[in-house]
Amino acid sequence: MTESTPNSFRNQPDERGHFGDYGGRYVAETLMPLVLDLEREYRAAQADPEFQREFDDLLEHYVGRPSPLYFAERLTEALGGAQVWFKRDELNHTGAHKINNCIGQILLAIRMGKTRIIAETGAGQHGVATATVCARFGLPCVIYMGAEDVRRQSPNVFRMKLLGAEVVPVTSGRGTLKDAMNEGLRDWVANVHDTFYIIGTAAGPHPYPELVRDFQSVIGKEARAQMQDRIGRRPDLLVAAIGGGSNALGLFHPFLDDPDVKMLGVEAAGHGLDGDEHAASLLGGFPGVLHGNKTYLLQDEDGQITEGHSISAGLDYPGIGPEHAWLKDTGRVEYTAITDEEALEAFQLLCRTEGIIPALEPSHAIAAVAKRAKDMPKDSVILANLCGRGDKDIFTVAERLGVEI
Amino acid sequence: MNEPDPMTTSNRLSSAFAKNHPALVCFVTAGDGDTAANLDALVEGGADVIELGMPFTDPMADGPAIQKANIRSLGAGTTTADVLRIATEFRARHPDVPLVLMGYANPMIRRGPEWFASAAKDAGVDGVICVDLAPEEDADLGPALRARGLDLIYLSTPTTDDERLPAVLRGCGGFLYYVSVAGITGKQSALVADIAKNVSRIKRQTDLPVAVGFGVRTPDQAAAIAQVADGVVVGSALVELVGDHGADAPARLRELTAGLAKAVHSAARAPRKEEKA
Repeated sequence: MTESTPNSFRNQPDERGHFGDYGGRYVAETLMPLVLDLEREYRAAQADPEFQREFDDLLEHYVGRPSPLYFAERLTEALGGAQVWFKRDELNHTGAHKINNCIGQILLAIRMGKTRIIAETGAGQHGVATATVCARFGLPCVIYMGAEDVRRQSPNVFRMKLLGAEVVPVTSGRGTLKDAMNEGLRDWVANVHDTFYIIGTAAGPHPYPELVRDFQSVIGKEARAQMQDRIGRRPDLLVAAIGGGSNALGLFHPFLDDPDVKMLGVEAAGHGLDGDEHAASLLGGFPGVLHGNKTYLLQDEDGQITEGHSISAGLDYPGIGPEHAWLKDTGRVEYTAITDEEALEAFQLLCRTEGIIPALEPSHAIAAVAKRAKDMPKDSVILANLCGRGDKDIFTVAERLGVEI
Repeated sequence: MNEPDPMTTSNRLSSAFAKNHPALVCFVTAGDGDTAANLDALVEGGADVIELGMPFTDPMADGPAIQKANIRSLGAGTTTADVLRIATEFRARHPDVPLVLMGYANPMIRRGPEWFASAAKDAGVDGVICVDLAPEEDADLGPALRARGLDLIYLSTPTTDDERLPAVLRGCGGFLYYVSVAGITGKQSALVADIAKNVSRIKRQTDLPVAVGFGVRTPDQAAAIAQVADGVVVGSALVELVGDHGADAPARLRELTAGLAKAVHSAARAPRKEEKA
């Protein structure tokens, strides 16, 4: 690491929302006053013990936190190296880590007096989590979802509708997650007076990357205390999958200043990093500006955004949270990528060794764990975030395995 | 700090706003149809300032009309080099008509701000509007443009209050683009009374000309706005003609622009001094 490495990795972003060269606020002027309001309100909420109390209470009694810390004994045996532990965020209400952030943001929306919620969703997990908190607090909810994703993820579309949300299929552009986000921003700019946009990952204009990270940091805070409890020390390596990067930041952030803890972020390599069919913004992209922040993006030489590909719809986004861009450049976190095939193998491995059907997103993390564990001593400890359960993915997996269900 | 440095303000842009009538500002997307013919039609119809849209895959501040124009242009294979060539050729044909590039940050900064500012300068461009570059991120584009005498034109909206306005005006040159509705391009229209109130509010803080856009489609609307502003911007209505009429678009563009120009140029403006009192 260079001389300019700060004393702490946990004091980002700066007051203008920059993580080194990344982050910032790149939005249409109509949204700027609102984004500045949100920052003021978030600072007030941070200083308000009642806000924290309500957040903690909902996480405990509604989401089901703390999530367990689990030693995967048979997976460890099968891999024959480091001990593998999982943070079980797939056991949360709605089946993924997404709900942690949605609880925090809807409490902010209510504080700001907003009466209408919008969100974008890709595979539908963030849409379901948003629809869930909107039902819980009785606020109308509009979810933007690419028309192609609506077709592929019909069970989640039905879930959102059951929860009272309006699901708007987005046909502009190519009808994928980034187009859904564009449409969400268009709605927001036209309805700034009453609408709150619940962004699903640690990206977007400042303060979203910071506040999403903070709400998700409950994962790492719990894990740090649970590890201390169970084995009396910190893990040697943290591993998490990365689409926008919120589950990884949630796990990593509380450990960033522990020099003995290494960290590995796992991007989706799709059909391989040597072609165009991947979603690895950090390993295969370049810095640029999209959706309110500067970060690594999949783009061509003219700055046109290219489509990501991954077997996992939750990783299929051409950008990444700006804090990851900074953590990559500083070298504090290592980033790697896992192909569709490797993720599918890891998915099946976890099913058979542990009786846990993981989502395809953490299957990427599990595949990376499998590669690393072998070469680590048996007394070393890997902690991976099992950020979602795989019920939603069984149709995709069946299709890839050539099984008709 | 609110006044643009006279040395860095484009002469073509300031001349366009120094005429004895309000300015008509016309937008089309580069690479959508026969752009050279479309631009010539706008000038022949009486446009005072040309905005040339740089296509982007993710035009998140634009409504359906300009979104489709972006898709048509990129689908036809338009590159940044093509946009710059269109600008260069326009400048050769029309040495005196101000030309502004309008688009999103990523295509503008892809090769670095210095590269973009130099290329735009060489192409004869007078100013740049970057929809998603908040004044807070001015460093990404502003210094490189201003150092070459190009204006970075900022947008102000109904949500930009008096407290925030100085931040928007600080780096702004050429003119201020007042977005009359909180929304995306081409959708709904604002009340002229609201526009008048906001324009005079802005003029209390700056001597820059104020051009008003978003939702202006007809000569009647343009005439009403021209009475309370220094310029009127029309985009989506023109871009729709390009999409609907293909090779016949230039004739239609000339016709609509002529009607708009007549309406805007004959509008009697309220005395400027009183607005600033």
